[in-house]
Amino acid sequence: MLEVRVCKLRGDWRLDAEFSMPTPGIVALFGRSGCGKSTLVDIIAGLVAADSGRVALDGHVLLDVAQHCDVKPERRRIGYVFQDAKLFPHLSVAGNLSYAARRAGSPEIVSFDAVIDLLALGPLLARRTQGLSGGERQRVAIGRALLCQPRLLLLDEPLAALDAARRAEVLPYLEALRDQLAVPMVYVSHQFDEVLRLATHLVLMDAGKTVAQGDLGAMSLRPELRAIIGAEAVGSIVDAEVLGIDSASGLHRVRVGAGVLALRGAGAAPGSRWRVQILARDVIVATEAPRSLSVRNELAGTIVAIAADEPDADLVSIDVGGATILARITSAATRSLGLHPGMAAWALVKSVSLSGRSLARAPLTKTRA
Amino acid sequence: MTSAVSLRADEYAALYLSLEVATRAVLLDLPFAIATAWLLTRRRFYGRAALDAIVHLPLVLPPVVVGYVLLLVFGARGPIGGWLDRTFGLQLVFTANGAALATAVMSFPLMVRAIRISLENVDRGLEDAARTLGAGALDRFATITLPLMLPGVLAGAVTAFSAGLGEFGAVITFVSNIPGETRTLPLALYTALQTPNGDAEAARLATLSVVLGIAGLLLAEGLARALRRRLGP
Repeated sequence: MLEVRVCKLRGDWRLDAEFSMPTPGIVALFGRSGCGKSTLVDIIAGLVAADSGRVALDGHVLLDVAQHCDVKPERRRIGYVFQDAKLFPHLSVAGNLSYAARRAGSPEIVSFDAVIDLLALGPLLARRTQGLSGGERQRVAIGRALLCQPRLLLLDEPLAALDAARRAEVLPYLEALRDQLAVPMVYVSHQFDEVLRLATHLVLMDAGKTVAQGDLGAMSLRPELRAIIGAEAVGSIVDAEVLGIDSASGLHRVRVGAGVLALRGAGAAPGSRWRVQILARDVIVATEAPRSLSVRNELAGTIVAIAADEPDADLVSIDVGGATILARITSAATRSLGLHPGMAAWALVKSVSLSGRSLARAPLTKTRA
Repeated sequence: MTSAVSLRADEYAALYLSLEVATRAVLLDLPFAIATAWLLTRRRFYGRAALDAIVHLPLVLPPVVVGYVLLLVFGARGPIGGWLDRTFGLQLVFTANGAALATAVMSFPLMVRAIRISLENVDRGLEDAARTLGAGALDRFATITLPLMLPGVLAGAVTAFSAGLGEFGAVITFVSNIPGETRTLPLALYTALQTPNGDAEAARLATLSVVLGIAGLLLAEGLARALRRRLGP
């Protein structure tokens, strides 16, 4: 369990953060630039002092200002992946990695060879850090942080400095990291698609405050998240299980809630669990079972809530049997259809809107040995 | 023609003495210059401005004054000089060691400046990264800060060496002008000018000094560039 409750004053700006995360898992610290995410992570690492508060990991107290307890960063055993990698320029890649390995604490969580394999660092070992590409630098930085055998891994927007292609190259390594190692992670980002692919738990920050926290699916429905990511990106995140592949269309049949959707996806084996983001703007609400429509995906359910979104738009939450779908419709439509909570309704989702980008492999939660 | 180019035995002696004294001065300066540069760059303390000023004094004081102060402190009856003599039988006045000390004091500000600039350019973030990997303060300094400061330290050392070859006022005041013991190149040149028919010798020694000075500066620049390339972002 990671428990964080800290305050810090810096001139006019104030950080007031509180969150907890079960370990292992990945908590994403998400918010706009300047909301205090990096400062919070620096405080957890011990690189920046807090004015008051407490940080504890698995029962070990790392910081307790009231009790004058402040463990030095070099003793906290918290790995840190910086936004700009911060590789040591006077050492080779192998030198950077062994710098961490030589000072690592025990017990060993991950072996040197496992890290090399996981991040494909073999071909890079003899290279000097100056000649590496951005993606390679970040992979080395991640490997180096892992080799200090950390109890917790902090990643401060590790992909922010990379272009889209490099980001796509490194993201799968982070997913593999999450799935294969039991190291808890705090992942800072202002890009929601990274959060979607990696996080199990989400903490929202705004102007120095932690405004909401919870598991990713529940958080996708929260208005606080809508305020940060904007109307166009609003959508519910639901768990999906692949049932099979339709040979005629090539689409995967996927169970969502009590219903079935047909989705385009790559290499999804039957039985595999995925996480799907369904954007609210791609969902149509019907009050009768649909016929003669081009939309093929329909989920039957009950309206649980209607929230006013922008002027003239409403967000309708529909429970489709264990999962909640959000739909954005005009307020005029709400009135003319007479929509109200408790009413039976169908959520219609265009197949083409569910592409590989909104599909992410569900995190496999690994239990600690 | 050859007599204008080749040196006499006592001129060689002055050259070797200069090289030896300058080398010892640099080696003596190094640890103090690194420590002082670190203190001035990384630590806030009461009296920091005063320390900065004292470090720079040899640059602005007349060298003879520096030599005079050295006599007061390190002379046979001075507080430190007397102690060294009683405890170790070590005398600094009239010796090459004394010449090295005088040269070291005069070159000290140059070294501190070069090292400070280099230290200021070390990315503190790299030291933070080393902290998160488990490196304590001394460990970080030895494995991260110092290696990255190296271009500045080496450039400072070579520049101080070149400058030290030319130190005159402080050396002649503190340890006077003893051939083979304290008569470095500049002192030999001065002596040659005071001697009748010493013009040719003076010219040779002057040329030698210029060549050494230029060589030293080129070496310092070349070293700094090579290391910067190796350590660049």
